[in-house]
Order: sequence, then C-alpha cells, then structure tokens
Amino acid sequence: MAKYLLLKHYRGAPTPEGFVPMDQWTPAEITAHITYMQDFAKKLESTGEFVGEQALAPEGRWVRYDGEGRPPVTDGPFAETKDLIAGWMIIDVDSEERAYALAAELSAAPGKGGEPIHEWLEVRPVYGELPASAE
Amino acid sequence: MPSSSAPELRELSPGVLGVLVRRGADFAAAEDAVQEALVEAVRARERPADLKAWLVTVAWRKFLDATRADAARRRREDRVDAEPEPGRASDVDDTLQLYFLCAHPSLTPASAVALTLRAVGGLTTTQIAQAYLVPEATMAQRISRAKKTVSAVRFDRNGDVGTVLRTLYLVFNEGYSGDVDLAAEAIRLTRVLAAGIDHPEVAGLLALMLLHHARRTSRIAADGSLVPLAEQDRSRWDTEAIAEGVAILQAALARDRLGEFQAQAAIAALHADARTAAETDWVQIVEWFDELVALTDSPVVKLNRAVAVGEADGPQAGLKALSELDENLPRHTAVAAYLHERTGDLERAATLYTEAARQAPSLAERDHLIRQAARLNSHP
Repeated sequence: MAKYLLLKHYRGAPTPEGFVPMDQWTPAEITAHITYMQDFAKKLESTGEFVGEQALAPEGRWVRYDGEGRPPVTDGPFAETKDLIAGWMIIDVDSEERAYALAAELSAAPGKGGEPIHEWLEVRPVYGELPASAE
Repeated sequence: MPSSSAPELRELSPGVLGVLVRRGADFAAAEDAVQEALVEAVRARERPADLKAWLVTVAWRKFLDATRADAARRRREDRVDAEPEPGRASDVDDTLQLYFLCAHPSLTPASAVALTLRAVGGLTTTQIAQAYLVPEATMAQRISRAKKTVSAVRFDRNGDVGTVLRTLYLVFNEGYSGDVDLAAEAIRLTRVLAAGIDHPEVAGLLALMLLHHARRTSRIAADGSLVPLAEQDRSRWDTEAIAEGVAILQAALARDRLGEFQAQAAIAALHADARTAAETDWVQIVEWFDELVALTDSPVVKLNRAVAVGEADGPQAGLKALSELDENLPRHTAVAAYLHERTGDLERAATLYTEAARQAPSLAERDHLIRQAARLNSHP
C-alpha cells in the first residue's frame, strides 16, 4: 500500500475546458456536485482506502519568525498568489494507477448541466516508511 | 441484585470525585482513584446498596494506596492524613464544585471543555478525542495538563458561574460528531447544574439549549445542507423540548435578573412560538436584541440585530443598522447579501453571496451561500 495526497486548487491548476464558476450553476447542480464528493469519500472508506480529508478556506497569511522576543511577521494575503490550495484528501492504495484512477473519478464530479467538471487535481506520493528489511 | 449500570456510574462519578478533592486529594490523583473505583464497581457482581458511599470508600482507599506507594509523595500523605475531614457536604455540592474546578479561569476554553467532559461528564478520552476530531494522544495530553493546572486550585468555594456556563455552551455548540452527542451531553450537564444552583442565567442557558435542540432535526436537510430558520419544517420541531424551555425561561425571567443567556433564550422562544415564519414577532425580537446589546456590547449580537431590524422595519432599515458595523465582522457580507436580496437588488445580492461564500467560516455555510448565489443567478 502507498499513500497519495490529492490536492484541489482554488487557483494554480490548469483551467479545464468549459470551466464555469460554481455560482453560475443551479442550486440543484451544486447539490449534485456536493453529494458526489461525499459519496466518493464514503466509497473510499468502504474500500479501506480513505485516510483523511480537509477543505481549506481561501484566506490565509504568510508568517515567519522575526527574532527573539519579537512578534511573528505576517504578510499577505496576496491576491495574485499563483497557487492556492482548496483542500486535500489522502488515500492509501495499492498502486499509482489506482491513485490516478481515483483522482480521475473525483475530477469527473458533475458540474454545470450535470457534465463532469474535468478539474485538474494534483497527485503527490507520500514518502513511504523505510522497509524493515532494508539494510 | 444486578451489577451497577454504566449510566448510573457516570452520573455518580463527578460527585465521588468532588468528595475526594474536597478531602484534599489533588485533582489528577483523585481522578485516577475514581476511575479505578468505577472499574471495580463494574467488575463487582452485585451493586452495593449505597453505591455512591461505596464508590467514595473504594476511591479514597485507592487514592491513599497510590499516595503511600509513591515514596516521593510522602509529604502530601502526611498533609492528607493530618487534615481534618470537612463537614459532610451534600451530594449536589460535591458535583457543583467539580463544575467550577473544571471550568476554572486558569484553564483555556479548550482545556476547560475537555476536562468538564472527562471529569463531570464521565466520557472517555477516546470519545472526547473523536468528538473534537483530534488524535487520542493529543486529547489525553490536553486533559492531563488541565488536571495539573487545576491541582493547585483551592477547592473551598464556588468560582464564577459565568465561566461554567460558557464552557457548557461551547460543548453544546460543538454539536454531534463521532458517536457522542455533545449537544445532548451539554444539556444533561446543564440540567444537573440547574438542579443544584439557583441562578437565573443557569436556567437561561438550559432554556436556550432546549429551544435550539428542539429544532435540530429540521436545521439540516437529508443531503447535509443547511436549512434557514424561515424554511424549516416547523412540524418537525420538538414541541416537548420547546414547552420545557419556555417554562424554564419564564420562571427565570420572573426573577428579574436578566442576563445574556436569558435574553438569547427569549429570542429563541419567540422563534419557537411562531407557527409560521411570517408570524414571527420581529418587533419583540429586536427589543430583546437591544437588551442583549446593552448586556454584552458584542459586535456579533449587533450583526444579528441588524437582521432582525431588517425583518421588523424593512430591509433598508436593516442595511442602515448594518452600515454602522465593522465590515470585517464574520458573516457581515452574508447579512448584507440577504438584506440586499430583500430590497430587490438581486444582482448585488448574488455578488455579495459569492463573496460571503469565500469568507464563510464553515463548509456548511460556504455551500449554503454559494447555493444562494446560484439561486439568484439562475433566475435573473
């Protein structure tokens, strides 16, 4: 088994063809989309491949240390930041092919007119454990 | 005779813990001793006639054993042995003092919540960790640090009831995730508190919880989406809980010592009273919001007041009330969107709903707000 991180972006992913922002869908289309996402996570739980997921708010700040006794420095948010992550899901699967297949399934979530949104998802392998047999 | 039941033990454990702490046991050691006594009670084949007295005896013995076994704690043992036993306090007092200890102002709200659920509520660390979606080891550390913090607290008089109420309200608002219904647990704990303390705000909080709890099944649709108050199926509201909440509130208000929770409960009661959304007495609700603003000066309360003003005096009046508030307040944009929709400015409202969705503090609200934008955009 190997773990993969599926990343969903607000910004930074290539824009799929025919992209329509969600506020231009109908309420029923939004409900269908959300239901699809929930069912997807439930299905992965039932197959024993789900590890965790969280959605992230778009607002955020850059923060860094500014020396002993000084408050942290904050910066942003930057309206033009090219990469903005919207959420993540970690899955634990048998192969890279399976990880890609599941990401593609998530990307097929229904959008405007019930058509798949074809959203680009970033799939990143999580480093594995050192095998007990490794010398 | 059957063995002791788990719910019964859970009910008795805070009182037993309270006795041990009052006798001078430090909190962490007392808690360990009570846990051991509870385990022994579960194992015992028969339920002792006076279960609480039995638990106190066993727990006290466990505590002394543990203290004696630990040579480094020798001095504390001397102190405990030397201390005269205080006069017999009632069962209720023992439990109540535990509430104050677990919500002690020296604790952070998150620690007070965890300790209250553990020590007063008798939930397991696993259950609390699941309910708050944190790893069990994290919750165990949080509870253990909280116990250490309050171990130094003198346990001789009641603290500030306000911190206890805020802690219980935090538990209530966490709702229900995992296998523990935290809202129901908060109501149970507040009931016990209300039975022991004659304080109108305790009653106010209990009433507020009951009135909110009465609407819980209608607040969320089958697909998990939020249902606004005006669109809820009122036939699904729990009329028994509403009747109880209203009765408790009326008795509290009659004492003429108004507080924040009573005023909030009064608003919840006015919503509960309305058979349809259109029958809601918004004028009276605004009056209660004025009381709340006077009591708390809270910006969040003022924001909710603007919504009520919008219903009582029309959306323009609501927008005027809103314009006096800081735009950066959470949910400010969502309220603006709603009020603009009521004025008929649907285009502006749709834009604001989309913006409010971006700022939403929870996923459920985000999804709700984006649906509102979509609703307006798809019916221009």
